[in-house]
Amino acid sequence: MGLEEKLPAGYALTTVEQVVGLARKSSMWPATFGLACCAIEMMSAGGPDYDIARFGMEKFGATPRQADLMIVAGRVSQKMAPVLRQIYDQMPEPKWVIAMGVCASSGGMFNNYAIVQGVDHIVPVDMYLPGCPPRPEMLLDAVVKLHDKVQNTKLGAHREQEIAETEERMLRRSLPLVDKD
Amino acid sequence: MTTTEDYIDASGGDWDDVIEKAQATSAERLVVNMGPQHPSTHGVLRLILTLDGETCTEARVGIGYLHTGIEKNMEFRTWTQGTTFVTRMDYLTPLFNETAYCLAVEKLLDITDRIPDRANVIRVLVMEINRMASHFVAMATFGMELGATTMMTNGFRERELCLDILELITGLRMNHAYVRPGGVAQDLPPGAVGKIKELLKVMPQRIKVMRKLLDENPIYLARTQDVAHLNLAGCMALGVTGPMVRASGLGWDLRKAQPYCGYEGYDFDVPVSDGGDVYARYRVRVAEMDESLKIIEQCLDKLTPGPVMIEDAKIGWPAKLALGSDGLGNSPDHIAHIMSGSMEALIHHFKLVTEGFRVPEGQAYSAVESAKGELGCHAVSDGGTRPYRVHFRDPSFTHLQAVAAMCEGGTVADVIAAVASIDPVMGGVDR
Amino acid sequence: MSNEYERDRDEQAEELPAVQGRERLAAPVKRTGMFGANTTGDTSGYGGLQVRGSAPVASTRPFADPDDPRTADYDRVADALEAGLGERGDAVERVEVAHGEMTFHVRREALLELVRVLRDDPALRYELCTGVSGVHFPDHEGRELKAVYHFRSITHNSAIRVQTTAPDADPHVPSIVSVYPTNDWHEREAWDFFGIVFDGHPALTRIQMPDDWHGHPQRKDYPLGGVPVEYRGATVPPPDDRRSYQ
Repeated sequence: MGLEEKLPAGYALTTVEQVVGLARKSSMWPATFGLACCAIEMMSAGGPDYDIARFGMEKFGATPRQADLMIVAGRVSQKMAPVLRQIYDQMPEPKWVIAMGVCASSGGMFNNYAIVQGVDHIVPVDMYLPGCPPRPEMLLDAVVKLHDKVQNTKLGAHREQEIAETEERMLRRSLPLVDKD
Repeated sequence: MTTTEDYIDASGGDWDDVIEKAQATSAERLVVNMGPQHPSTHGVLRLILTLDGETCTEARVGIGYLHTGIEKNMEFRTWTQGTTFVTRMDYLTPLFNETAYCLAVEKLLDITDRIPDRANVIRVLVMEINRMASHFVAMATFGMELGATTMMTNGFRERELCLDILELITGLRMNHAYVRPGGVAQDLPPGAVGKIKELLKVMPQRIKVMRKLLDENPIYLARTQDVAHLNLAGCMALGVTGPMVRASGLGWDLRKAQPYCGYEGYDFDVPVSDGGDVYARYRVRVAEMDESLKIIEQCLDKLTPGPVMIEDAKIGWPAKLALGSDGLGNSPDHIAHIMSGSMEALIHHFKLVTEGFRVPEGQAYSAVESAKGELGCHAVSDGGTRPYRVHFRDPSFTHLQAVAAMCEGGTVADVIAAVASIDPVMGGVDR
Repeated sequence: MSNEYERDRDEQAEELPAVQGRERLAAPVKRTGMFGANTTGDTSGYGGLQVRGSAPVASTRPFADPDDPRTADYDRVADALEAGLGERGDAVERVEVAHGEMTFHVRREALLELVRVLRDDPALRYELCTGVSGVHFPDHEGRELKAVYHFRSITHNSAIRVQTTAPDADPHVPSIVSVYPTNDWHEREAWDFFGIVFDGHPALTRIQMPDDWHGHPQRKDYPLGGVPVEYRGATVPPPDDRRSYQ
């Protein structure tokens, strides 16, 4: 009942944000960051049975400079943490991170001296994927959910406003922090 | 090898500095850093290579980027929970890790002879399926690292066939925690034998396809033949076992030499080749897969009905497990029994599950022939319900020491082939 | 006749429950506490209150147990080693046969010489060393650190274990890399995790932990977790100090 019904056929209207989101999500180039068990499942996801190419992501890049998604697949040791951060820093913006598996998400069962208790200690994470290891289908599900997030990311002033709102909301929330006094 | 002490260090830092240095000197020697994050290093392996043109004059290996502290973590969990940890060491051969660990625990408990036959047959069965899966990944990653993606896609496709069966039996594709001290976690589910028979029908064809693709492929031969040679003396000095030593002409296989889990009752050959190069290792692995199929077939004949966990209430897991709507757990019969039938059974269940069983003081070493070589487990007990110390002698860890011996003097491209032919899994190397 | 009876009675007296109980109570307490672990709040594996240590076992000849086929070869191995060592026979402190495995407890000064005999003597020929495993017993005074080696002979299809100890105050054990090159990384690992210094090792550096790590994490006096993450000057404290999920 609006303007769009008056338009000639063959045109579609959208926002710049949606177009950019579509472009970004349709050809994500993951940087291989295989560490442990999850890496094998990540490689399986690239294999013929699961075929991540259906989502335009078969170009698992070796170089972080031509990648916009880092899938941290496996446990991150204290020795590996600086390497991981360096690779993340080398990736151009915009970039996203999936913490694949419980070890990358929170340290998992390895609550010990050697393992960083969650990769969010060193890089910002967009999607946490549970499982030990997650099945390739679960990785695909995380990827699809991330695509959805990327598609609906706001740009420019909208993005700044969104960040400010999120921060405001986070500040009002009570945090489960240990009392330091 | 050049005699000059001058070299260009490109092992990290700022590229501008490297270029500046390269322009200032006439040195031909270049030190490059490969990994720990590199697509051709088989995981988080770091190689520090000194190159003289295309020749690799020095290869040093840096490991530890996946050190997980599993051995220490196990000291804080019961003996049964230990299987959950060891299965995550070498994540391509989880069932071998579990079996090596359980054999050591059983040796300490002196119950090796009392493990039910059916449990032993199932152990052999799942281990051999696991061996095939591991060898497929070895070939797939080898192909991927050399740029042959067809090998990779084929290898992973074939591996899924093995994983489907392991998933049916254990509930998980990887990290099974299926082999437990005293037996295995649960019996084969209905339909498992049928699925395995299907595998036995399909798999020889798939192996043949792989061999058709590679055996006489001129590019593959050029990349593998006479590359990364390691002779028998080198293997012995460096403690190399498994397919690598068998590719150097010694038919040493723990399944034959020191049989465990009833391997003495199976009829199979140990494939040997005396090439000592990457191609020989490939041929040995492929031949081993055929032998694995032979063993799996014999396992099906040996499967007689019976218990799969030791009949000792002090050690054996009290519950029969069953698949419910919310996953694998105690069977409804068992829950009914302990919750409304027998108070003693409830106490027993509680004690054994939370406290675990005690293992007499002492130490034991048990080794199995994993897909990669001798996988040893040294378990020390102080008489408590938790391991005092568990150490794994992982074949990948030991074999990586051979990189320098195999690569130095060759071209830099052959370094990739050499490392891939070892088939190291960093989860096992670093633990 | 009566003498024999008295001897039997004396032997039985040693096995009386009361005597055994007294001995057990006299043994030093090795571990106390409800849940063995005292470094984390973890409570799985409840293990009773007190565990008492037992005296070191020394097996005597014959080492072969007719009921255990795994031990059949052990007298031959012991003879060959004795012959191979010659006048240095005091290198072996005691021999232990348990769980079908043979352990030679060796003084650390004599380790290198002993493994050379193990490898080179035609009657022994232990070609393969499967590495060294460190074990830390904080309550074994004067011999806290153990270095445990496993050897395998392909020629004779036999396996033995050699164990040597070092005190925490002087954690030195000779390196056997000159005899078994495969032990290079294994010894580095034992140094990294337990702080055992292998004298004569070509390059004893850390292998698993970062080069600037403090401490040897698999020793019993090192906590399981609670390590802060440091990166470029900033430090993130471990989860237990940061969040509370009460």
